[in-house]
Amino acid sequence: MPFFNHAIETLRRSEIEEMQLKLLRAQARRMYERSPFYHARMREVEVMPDDITRLDDVRRLPTTKKTDLRDNYPDKLFVPPLEKIVRYHVSSGTTGQPTVVAYTRNDIEMWSESLARAFASTGMGESDVIQVANGYGLFSGGMGMHYAGEKLGATVLPAGTGNTRRQVQFMMDLPVTCIACTPSYMLQIAEVAQSMGVSLQDDTRLERGILGAEPWSDSMKAKIEDEAGIKAYNCYGASELSGPLFTECEAQDGIHVWGDMALVEIIDPDTGEACADGEKGEMIVTMLQKEAMPLLRYRIGDMSSLSWDPCECGREHPRLMRLTGRVDDMMVIRGINVFPSQVEHLLYEVPEVGKNFQIVVDRVGNLDTMLIKVELEPEAFTDDILKLRHINRQVADGLKAVLNIKVEVQLVGPGTLPKGESEKASRVIDKRVM
Amino acid sequence: MSERYIIEQISMFCKNEPGRLASMARVLEENGINMLALSIAEANDFGVVRALVDKSDRAKEVLTDMGFMVKVTEVIGVNMRDEPGGLTCIATTLADADINIDYAYAYSGKGAAVLILRVSDTMVAVKAILDAGHELLSRDQLG
Ligand SMILES: [Zn+2]
Repeated sequence: MPFFNHAIETLRRSEIEEMQLKLLRAQARRMYERSPFYHARMREVEVMPDDITRLDDVRRLPTTKKTDLRDNYPDKLFVPPLEKIVRYHVSSGTTGQPTVVAYTRNDIEMWSESLARAFASTGMGESDVIQVANGYGLFSGGMGMHYAGEKLGATVLPAGTGNTRRQVQFMMDLPVTCIACTPSYMLQIAEVAQSMGVSLQDDTRLERGILGAEPWSDSMKAKIEDEAGIKAYNCYGASELSGPLFTECEAQDGIHVWGDMALVEIIDPDTGEACADGEKGEMIVTMLQKEAMPLLRYRIGDMSSLSWDPCECGREHPRLMRLTGRVDDMMVIRGINVFPSQVEHLLYEVPEVGKNFQIVVDRVGNLDTMLIKVELEPEAFTDDILKLRHINRQVADGLKAVLNIKVEVQLVGPGTLPKGESEKASRVIDKRVM
Repeated sequence: MSERYIIEQISMFCKNEPGRLASMARVLEENGINMLALSIAEANDFGVVRALVDKSDRAKEVLTDMGFMVKVTEVIGVNMRDEPGGLTCIATTLADADINIDYAYAYSGKGAAVLILRVSDTMVAVKAILDAGHELLSRDQLG
């Protein structure tokens, strides 16, 4: 099945852009009429829905920042009444405040459709078996993959994360052709398979991996394809946009962003000017058909470039070329987004430690580790080691609760860490080789 | 009167890395400060060094200048006679007086072993231990 939605996937660029303008106008009108937040924002920048007459006019609309999500927690950005909302997912925010994402029935449909199209574009169809080894639950990854697989008509094995030996066993016992997980977990699976004496290439039917939710390099991709004997397809999405939405197609040359789902702009983060086709800049995403929590011009924080060049696969929907980093200093640790500001925020709640900190991220085996060094406040110094240990544990437990991952904490003497303000970069030391 | 049995101990926050202890010992020596006892308490990545020195104020000054986080704490030192049950007797005496021992360490002093104690109430502990017939190290014995 080369196409999942033939009519839309085969649209020409002009047709895609025409559709985008129509959808953008409708979305802007709906926001103006029904979202108190965007109504106020649009009045602030003095743009009315009818002012959107060309696709470029999107630039006149207000942007949405991560802080807007925080400030409007939990539900002030939701548009429809509660009875129309059928699901919530929750993702970590930038300041210890999580973001709640709401979905209407149609939002779930569109999300599944988007990723089902992506799956089909990698060559998958009804006879595929997809092992979903992403996290299920509040995190949108697992359920996003799951629903898309079912939408495609494939068979889904909701394996979830963890128990790697069992994951390998499933691949041997069932005709699993595709695995969805993070790239680092894929490497771990390959390693465990090897230790079990299993060749993923010869002893399983695994052909492809849908990998995402953390940054990875071309060399890591090559390593995965080599060690697991599979094709590795990069996947893009974010909970604020729904969840995993888009992947590379069979050509493996950029991630198709379905034009009817999302309007992506690339801007120069310093000047705010639009970047040319293929030029690298900050991504701004407007979801064109989302109902429950539609974000206009969302500054998602990723750096990328967008290409409208027709793809080898025949599709003209634009492609995100290499994702090249972050605008902010977000890190992805074991598939979970971590912002240094979350750490900072927590430290304010523990008076015994200073506000200066350093994060050291490393990868042991295929598992990310995170060490946070914090300075003990001179007034809090006691020669009672139990009290010091208690401070240490207080910080570790607090961070675990906020970040959802285990964190090592190291107390250091005051003034021994580099000052956070002057050298932002030295706050985070990422030793991982991606 | 019993104030003279309250001994000032210096405590330092110290990263667990080779050389830190050596540099501390060196700076004390260079400043003519004599170290009588030393104990190290460790947690995962850091430790607390406790030392009994003859000039605690001066020691605090030079170590602080070196960038150490230093605190002076009051402890008492019990001269341990070499006889069975000595330690049990002190522990019982303090327990009867409702005093908690935060930590303890020993060193070999002139002639006898000295047990250094950090307790919840130093003054009450001094009185209880003297009343029980034990001998305490006095401040002037340090210098
Ligand atoms: Zn393509």
